[in-house]
Amino acid sequence: MNLETKKIQAPLENEVVQNLRAGETVLLSGVIITGRDAAHKKMVDLINSGNDLPFSIKEEVIYYVGPTPPPPGRPIGVLKSATSYRMDQYAPVLIEHGLKGMIGKGRRSEEVKSAMEKWGAIYFAAIGGAGALMSCCIKEAEIIAWDELGPEAVRRLVVEDMPLIVATDIHGGDLYITGPRQFRIAD
Amino acid sequence: MRTISTDDITATVRNLCIEACTVLGTDVLNQVRKALEVETSPTGRMVLEKIIQNAEIASSENIPLCQDTGMAVVFLEIGQDVHVNGGLLYDAINEGVRQGYRDGYLRKSTLDPITRQNRGDNTPAVIHPEIVSGAKLKIIFAPKGFGSENMSRVMMFPPSAGIEGAKDFIVQRVIESGGNPCPPIVVGVGLGGTFEKSALIAKKALLRPLGSPNSDSVLDALEKELLEKINSTGIGPMGLGGNTTALAVHINSYPTHIASLPVAVNIQCHSCRHAEAIL
Repeated sequence: MNLETKKIQAPLENEVVQNLRAGETVLLSGVIITGRDAAHKKMVDLINSGNDLPFSIKEEVIYYVGPTPPPPGRPIGVLKSATSYRMDQYAPVLIEHGLKGMIGKGRRSEEVKSAMEKWGAIYFAAIGGAGALMSCCIKEAEIIAWDELGPEAVRRLVVEDMPLIVATDIHGGDLYITGPRQFRIAD
Repeated sequence: MRTISTDDITATVRNLCIEACTVLGTDVLNQVRKALEVETSPTGRMVLEKIIQNAEIASSENIPLCQDTGMAVVFLEIGQDVHVNGGLLYDAINEGVRQGYRDGYLRKSTLDPITRQNRGDNTPAVIHPEIVSGAKLKIIFAPKGFGSENMSRVMMFPPSAGIEGAKDFIVQRVIESGGNPCPPIVVGVGLGGTFEKSALIAKKALLRPLGSPNSDSVLDALEKELLEKINSTGIGPMGLGGNTTALAVHINSYPTHIASLPVAVNIQCHSCRHAEAIL
């Protein structure tokens, strides 16, 4: 059995998010942003105190990464997703403020899934640990905020055909639940 | 008595850092290929294929396998007839780590646990020395990513829990970890010893080449039983479902106290990285 692969474009339109289903594989191209633990805390602190963010998150896809330093001749070092549960306490606020997609690895909390269904946002699983492969999909990278966070600074990335798996959709589909259930062998 | 210079040690550690972070061992690659032969989940197969492709890109482009190039863990086997000349052994190792992470464009992930201030050079290394016979120095560099390290646990069971209690704990740990530690994982287990000894031998178990049997037949049988149980959970590659949750279970044991059964589970992602050199 082969997996059919959809090509999709970031920033994400509502209609694209509506049509994605858990278990589908996609190739993502376009412009996305990065942010992990420290950047999430900063974003949510700013929003909660009524301030503007130094960049827009409307319709954006955020990739939970902190890349290695770029070697000469490459736009960015290698990058793979951080474990997503660490961002769970911040994600609902960002989704409410327009974030449309997240790229990470591992299951999300019920609070995040409710926010995704309510406001319309999708969660992609990247292949964790495949940092070298993922870095080949990054065509451009620039730091757009919080340089002082080093590997955790927020970057804008231009990506091309990044292979991702739809892990959690807005219709209640969650491959982290249904996938293992399907392949579990009872005692 | 044989003299080894700290300059040689530093240069060796520098190279080992870069090698370990960019080249995946053939033992690991072989196990992933074997898993691909039996994996029935299409998503799982895709993940395993990408893991192999990733290793090929990393070694041909000379870039890290993964963004998390780990905390620097160094195992030393120091021949008792070795004399180190030119400074302190640990300083020489840390200088090697500093140079390796700088020159290899590896991520510096080591920071102060309270202020969270990054130290900027990935030092200090966590060093585990062992004194052995002879006049050689063996250095094993095993960078440890913390997506999987965070899923590891030590449990001090009462003796009544028995080996069945230990087995349940190990399998449950894998189930609760789900996709977080980047499966397919390698499960390092330490049975017995004290609190810290169990954790240390669990970590050491990760260094054994994948696909090699345990030299203790009882532990070997236990490893096979646990691997089958773990691969029946359905968690699969990246936790998205499949038959390949672990590539291997490796167990080390050590005598323990009449009042306890320590069990340590050290989870390792599929990027089971280590490189070694003998001086």
